[in-house]
Amino acid sequence: MSLIAITEVRKSFGPNEVLKGINLDVEPGEVIAIIGKSGSGKSTLLRCINGLETISDGSISVAGAQLLDDEAHLKALRLKVGMIFQQFNLFPHLTVGGNVMLSQMVVKKTAKPEAEDMARKMLERVGLSQKFDAYPDQLSGGQQQRVAIARALAMQPIALLCDEITSALDPELVAEVLAVVRELAAEGMTLLMVTHEMKFARDVCSRVVFMHQGRVHEMGRPEEVFATPQTPELKQFLGVH
Amino acid sequence: MIEFTIWDILRNLLLATRWTILLSLVSFVGGGLVGLVLLFLRISKRKWLRALAKYYIELFQGTPLLMQLFIAFFGLGLFGIDVPAWLAAGLALILWSAAFLGEIWRGCVEAIAKGQWEASASLAMGRLQQMRYVILPQAMRIAVPPTVGFSVQVIKGTALTSIIGFVELSKAGTVVTNATFQPFTVYGLVALIYFALCWPLSKSSQILERKLNVAHRNH
Repeated sequence: MSLIAITEVRKSFGPNEVLKGINLDVEPGEVIAIIGKSGSGKSTLLRCINGLETISDGSISVAGAQLLDDEAHLKALRLKVGMIFQQFNLFPHLTVGGNVMLSQMVVKKTAKPEAEDMARKMLERVGLSQKFDAYPDQLSGGQQQRVAIARALAMQPIALLCDEITSALDPELVAEVLAVVRELAAEGMTLLMVTHEMKFARDVCSRVVFMHQGRVHEMGRPEEVFATPQTPELKQFLGVH
Repeated sequence: MIEFTIWDILRNLLLATRWTILLSLVSFVGGGLVGLVLLFLRISKRKWLRALAKYYIELFQGTPLLMQLFIAFFGLGLFGIDVPAWLAAGLALILWSAAFLGEIWRGCVEAIAKGQWEASASLAMGRLQQMRYVILPQAMRIAVPPTVGFSVQVIKGTALTSIIGFVELSKAGTVVTNATFQPFTVYGLVALIYFALCWPLSKSSQILERKLNVAHRNH
């Protein structure tokens, strides 16, 4: 059985239907890049998976946890998938360590010493163990995003959703974040990422999903999708003629 | 005819000031508690709870405090409930403060970036946990200056309770004037006492605003 099962998902904002029946199954350990123009529904799809947007129709389940619109079901689902955002969204009133420890202690009721151990381990993993006591605004964008990754990892999710996580970064900071993601992929973490980093998608991902006007327009292994795009829309998006 | 010294006048006014301070404290603390409830209703996920809080706030912000005092004092009397002036004054001021504080705080909560809600939600926190650990600590920082600023309005608002016969600073001013026939001296002193209570609060509100803005840095 697939880890994430997305079946006939539809989503409308008022009269505007942004997802028009999405089917996507993600196997454990897969690294999937979702590409497409802005407005194609790729971010919305990602936000539907962990219930930040409520779906209008269809169903989504993650490792058996069904997406339903009540707090208990949402919590169960969100414990399985972490999410990382374009704008980092670190908690500015807490230290880096506090950011990584908070939800372990509050949601999982982990005791403080264990939460701190976990936080230090995860910060070590993203190369920021020396920043434990710093505040988010003392860090560069790349460092903040790595803290956000550590914060998500500390909840020990089985999959991570990455929503354009390098789009708000200066070019020279993109590499350090992608290096962390590449490592996660190598360790077998299941990743779903909306990205504009085509080179990264080609090198690291096991599958590329091209979305167009609220539908999965083309899907396949990156070498196929990038080398021999089938539809005119994807050709145009990739700039090949 | 008896002669009154300035000290006689001032002493009586200061004694009454205790009641102004006590009523202000009760109104502010009580109003704060009810205001907190209103805040949670106002940002609730349930539509009818939001509407309830909204109508409450509109009602209390849209009518003069004086009318609210009259209704608390005379209105309850119509139902055969004998309301002493202090109770009517306290009740009306608490409900009135709550409407303003609830709305001030709602603004502060809504000023927190949506990303903070989304990040804490994706970490599996429930709504109360999000409020308690992520949103309120940040909102409280921006709420301090307007909240302290509003406490000045509460102090000045207590003056209206003199009309339903609660003997606080203003009412004492009237009583002392009637005995001394020195309205200018008496009300001048009354004004000075109000100023001595309010000015430090306004000033500290300004200082806090400046200080917290610096601490706010680039968020």
